[in-house]
Amino acid sequence: MSTDSFIEFRNVSFAYGERSILKNINLSIPRGRFVAIMGGSGSGKTTLLRLISGQVSPQQGEVIVDGKHVEKMSSRELFELRRRMGMLFQFGALFTDLSVFDNVAFPIREHTHLPDSMVHDLVLMKLAAVGLRGTERLMPAELSGGMSRRIALARAIALDPALMLYDEPFTGLDPISLGAIAHLIKKLSDALGTTSVMVTHDVQHSLNIVDYVYFVANGEIVAEGTPDEVRASASPWVHQFVYGEADGPVHLAYPATTSLADDIGLGDLHA
Amino acid sequence: MKRSIIDLWVGIFVAIGLASIAFLSLKVANLTPQSADKSYVLYAEFDNIGGLKVKAPVKAAGVLVGRVSSIELDPKNYMARVNLSIDSQYSFSQDTSAEILTAGLLGEQYVGLVQGGDPEDLKPGGRIALTSSALVLEQLIGKFMTSFAEGGAAKDDKQP
Amino acid sequence: MLETLLSPLRKLGHWVIEAIWRLGMISRFFVAILMNSGQSLLRFHLVIREMYFSGVLSLIIIVVSGLFVGMVLGLQGYTTLVRFGSADALGALVALSLLRELGPVLAALLFASRAGSAMTAEIGLMKATEQLDAMSVMAVNPVARVVAPRFWAGVLSMPILAALFNVMGIIGGYAVGVLMIGLDSGSYWSQMQANVDLHVDVVNGLIKSLFFGMAVTLIAVYEGFDATPTAAGVSAATTRTVVTSALVILALDFVLTAFMF
Repeated sequence: MSTDSFIEFRNVSFAYGERSILKNINLSIPRGRFVAIMGGSGSGKTTLLRLISGQVSPQQGEVIVDGKHVEKMSSRELFELRRRMGMLFQFGALFTDLSVFDNVAFPIREHTHLPDSMVHDLVLMKLAAVGLRGTERLMPAELSGGMSRRIALARAIALDPALMLYDEPFTGLDPISLGAIAHLIKKLSDALGTTSVMVTHDVQHSLNIVDYVYFVANGEIVAEGTPDEVRASASPWVHQFVYGEADGPVHLAYPATTSLADDIGLGDLHA
Repeated sequence: MKRSIIDLWVGIFVAIGLASIAFLSLKVANLTPQSADKSYVLYAEFDNIGGLKVKAPVKAAGVLVGRVSSIELDPKNYMARVNLSIDSQYSFSQDTSAEILTAGLLGEQYVGLVQGGDPEDLKPGGRIALTSSALVLEQLIGKFMTSFAEGGAAKDDKQP
Repeated sequence: MLETLLSPLRKLGHWVIEAIWRLGMISRFFVAILMNSGQSLLRFHLVIREMYFSGVLSLIIIVVSGLFVGMVLGLQGYTTLVRFGSADALGALVALSLLRELGPVLAALLFASRAGSAMTAEIGLMKATEQLDAMSVMAVNPVARVVAPRFWAGVLSMPILAALFNVMGIIGGYAVGVLMIGLDSGSYWSQMQANVDLHVDVVNGLIKSLFFGMAVTLIAVYEGFDATPTAAGVSAATTRTVVTSALVILALDFVLTAFMF
């Protein structure tokens, strides 16, 4: 498996200052696969994506994408890598000062020297792929959340990337838009044959479209498997996460060092 | 290259900027074409130039005929050598005299030229021989005081 | 006891170190902008677009304020000069005060609060909504694509705005001195022309405004780029832009004046 892995993490640790985010992560994503990384908020899963795209560097360990060490790249090499990479951000991150057309055309204009007519045709094709042809004159402020997410997807696939990264693509969408996006992501990754990594905490939709799942908690990979294995998992942690139960190995309360009674001044009454 | 309304606005903006700078240079600073080929240099040596500065006006009969181009101290005779850049349309006779005058009581100092009677004109680079120095207020007061004192002493001798 | 004495001292030390740290960061950012300016010069329409937002949209405030400042100068200058019997010198007074000091400084202060704050807020919001990250992941350097065009647009707009401010001020002074008070129009202009030197007064004033333009836009784009990516962070950065710009303009004005005049 490691011989054809497109993305590989070897003993990766990452911290923001004193605060440790990821501890000794090992994972391997084969070419052409669709992998989900799941975990609660603040578990460090978005940092995993940032490590792949080279936005941050690990303090320890190696991040290898397509056989090259991301953590050792110069900014020129990094930009070279990113040209073959598409990323869908949590809220789309469309450029608010550009129209829908110019947003989708942005990567094409920046990285190719195609004539205007060809750029025009390519943009319309990408918009058609996400089902939003006819919106090209609108500004991002005029779009609904689901629409702007789909435009952002069209922008991310504008240069037919070999690797797609999705950062929480389902957050803040109504069920219909959510279903549409999930379907679209699946369809596009199958059609383009890209390797895809999705960070999410939406279990039900992602289990339907991905090939493999990693669970991250407290900066460590706690479980992994195919969607079927995950659904049938005996691990209480995975069970709690997949079925969204309020109590289990993960507790709701933050581990405070003092008791509530002490904090609100009731402790003294007992003394 | 697509044209847009923004380009037009920025064009107007830059035009306004150029017009403003033209206004400031021509109307406010009165930029006159004072290039080297339209003026010639004369010089004069003074015992004391007082507060005369470079670019001070040079006037003849109250009319601006040039400007002071540079001032230096002659290391041999310790006199102030003042170079005057004179507009080429004016020429002055060889016995022209130069004096340092003050505009008003506290105004700026300028060089006044008085035309002489010699038929021969000064050549470019020529020297104005007849000069009278600036009136320095302290020296003036000093002179007044001494002459007052002398006058006081002389009064006893009945010599005003 | 010792603690209460030392605490303000410690705070002061902390503040100084923080300020020097920021100075270092901003200098590094300036170098990064210069190194990434090639693209904005090749694709000049990016700069033109930003000149519209920072320059053209500042025209109204510059014209109106310039006019009023000139009118106040005319009024105050007249009441002062008339005591010395030299009301004729009003033109020279108005022009010299504007060209040497008030024009560049006030235009820069207005520019900082009108265009600088907008620049900070815009870049800060782009950061907060991950637009800068998105650009960088698309292999486009945000310093080259977002920051450098705004920087050069500001640097080019500032002298234009300052020159316009001067012209409007001189017209305002004319309106009060000649049209309202009734001084002689000829002596207003001739006194001005006799006392204003093209190089010393006009050109140096414009050079000043070029420096102010660089300082204000650098501060504005830096604060935007460095803003904490939250609503509170962006609003704090916008405030910092206006305050820091004002201080830097006045300090720089002193230094430049000492050098030039």
